[in-house]
Amino acid sequence: MYTQGLDSLGRDCLRDETQDAGALERRFQARVDAEEKIEPKDWMPDAYRRTLVRQVSQHAHSEVVGMLPEGNWITRAPSLLRKAILIAKVQDEGGHGAYLYSATETLGVARDELIGQLLDGKAKYSSIFNYPTPTWADVGAIGWLVDSAAIMNQIPLCRCSYGPYARAMVRICKEESFHQRQGYDIMLRLARGTPAQKDMAQQALNRWWWPSLMMFGPPDAESTHGAQSMRWKIKRFSNDELRQKFVDFAVPQAGFLELTVPDPQLRWDEAAGRYRFGPIDWNEFDQVLKGHGPCNRERLEARRKAHEEGRWVREAAVAHAAKQAARKNSRAA
Amino acid sequence: MTPHFRYVLRLADTSLVLAQRLGEWVGHAPVLEEDLSLANLSLDLLGQARMLLAYAGELEGQGRDEDELAYLREESQYLNLTLVEQPNGDFGQTVVRQFLIDAWQLELYERLQQSKDARLAEIAARAVKETRYHLRYSAGWMVRLGDGTAESHGRMQAALNRLWPFTNELFAADEADRAMTESGIAPAPGTLQSAWSARVAAVLEEATLTQPQATPFPWFGRQGRHSEHLGYILAEMQSLHRAHPGASW
Amino acid sequence: MTDSSRDWPLYEIFIRARSGLDHKHVGSLHATDARMAIEHARDLYTRRQEGVSIWAVRSSDIVASDPAEADELFEPARDKVYRHPTFYDIPDEVKTL
Repeated sequence: MYTQGLDSLGRDCLRDETQDAGALERRFQARVDAEEKIEPKDWMPDAYRRTLVRQVSQHAHSEVVGMLPEGNWITRAPSLLRKAILIAKVQDEGGHGAYLYSATETLGVARDELIGQLLDGKAKYSSIFNYPTPTWADVGAIGWLVDSAAIMNQIPLCRCSYGPYARAMVRICKEESFHQRQGYDIMLRLARGTPAQKDMAQQALNRWWWPSLMMFGPPDAESTHGAQSMRWKIKRFSNDELRQKFVDFAVPQAGFLELTVPDPQLRWDEAAGRYRFGPIDWNEFDQVLKGHGPCNRERLEARRKAHEEGRWVREAAVAHAAKQAARKNSRAA
Repeated sequence: MTPHFRYVLRLADTSLVLAQRLGEWVGHAPVLEEDLSLANLSLDLLGQARMLLAYAGELEGQGRDEDELAYLREESQYLNLTLVEQPNGDFGQTVVRQFLIDAWQLELYERLQQSKDARLAEIAARAVKETRYHLRYSAGWMVRLGDGTAESHGRMQAALNRLWPFTNELFAADEADRAMTESGIAPAPGTLQSAWSARVAAVLEEATLTQPQATPFPWFGRQGRHSEHLGYILAEMQSLHRAHPGASW
Repeated sequence: MTDSSRDWPLYEIFIRARSGLDHKHVGSLHATDARMAIEHARDLYTRRQEGVSIWAVRSSDIVASDPAEADELFEPARDKVYRHPTFYDIPDEVKTL
């Protein structure tokens, strides 16, 4: 049932589906085509609801799991300012997860159920967070590349058809641009620093470049959900379009850092006005998605541990609230 | 080391080490919302530490900035309260440690607003607002967990018993403290005790927790003689910075 | 792995950004009591000075209109154009009306 206090389904949702399904779907699609926003109690096709629940919750899971690769550098940050910035950034990511769980809950699924799916290994999250952050430069590379890629995905979603998701994305995008900048700032300092620091930066770029390109998902030709999601305006640009845009932005940025993009086939195509890049190893992507990436196990274990070890806390808070309510009632009686 | 420099460094180190401990929690809290709350505490304390370290460096007058002080001093040169270097343990132990410090810092910062040292008074004025919020947060959790389930009560009492001995050090005074009190820069540590005790007792009662017996062991973190924990904390905190001497980040 | 019976209740959060403005709905969060809801809202929704006041309401306490009733609730207002000042054609010579 709806958990956003909208504790009854809209009347349209309760109508006899077989009779009115066609008309309702046409009306729904007309609204989407007219760039009207769909809000929580509006009628929507089951498939639209299910797709959104999956997409938004996966996005939420990604933010939460994404706290881990950078979070592990908080205690080791090389200056107090960097430590503060990193704490603020990881805190933001937690916040983004919260906004997105909140948006998913408007579709009628409780957060606990979503978290259960993540911890049971049934839900996916962005492949990128299954890679390790062995050095400080990886924190910079994530901010620069991964957050840039995320922004590219997210800005179009600010106009997605589902109201709560679009609004969450607006909020997230405002905060995300600081993330990208602090990452690039880290890389800049390293690239202009000692030879050891510059080498650290180059190694990190070597590690994160290809996984960042994979973040945009499989090539359009192989993307199963793409077309329908575009029609419903849950997806506004194709995977390949966004990937190309990312490359065109990031390559000059790498150039400014005087670092080398780890792609021997990378070249500027003057006629097409864009960069041509080498082939992506989709086998690696598949393996990571299937759970065989370098850190899949650790990431999930960390989340499970936090959840299990925190169970007594959650239960105690509920128990205390119940005691307070009972005391209040008996005083009133 | 002048008493003034020593005094400010003690406050700085206490906030810094506590911020460092809280930073360990991010991404591992019982509930997503608590990840944000703990990160907030860490950021506030880190901010206090940075202001105090910068000031301490000025007082010392040898050109050491916040990072030099944070990353290039060893355990024996750190002057934090032993309480803050104690491990996080479970969420309950973290809450107890936080509550005991918050109640102390609030009292201290409120009094420091009247310090004859204008800079310290200014720092205290900023810190006092944050600390009021910290105390609100930690006291709230003391009560929820102390008066929650049988399990939570047991864990909280155990944490309180374990950390209580470290509270002696909050009110210990040495020559540096006496010099600060004489010059009107800081309140005598002992004068914070009755307000702290009253505040703590009130919350413990609401939390249905029993105040542990006092134990006489004094603890000497403020003198640079620490428990075994600080060594590990500093090793983790400082290793990258120390691996690249002179580098800028 | 799930303990859905123990899910903390959902609260809707409204923030007044600046004195003079209305409280605006910004999203939801989970909490077990009012005090926690306010603290969580403060940490989640006001980190960038976006607020001077917070309202937290249990989601289950919100009563909402049904979108299917939008026609009967909101259409009838449409043709009562005489409620709007622009409906009235006052001669230009009459000032400040």
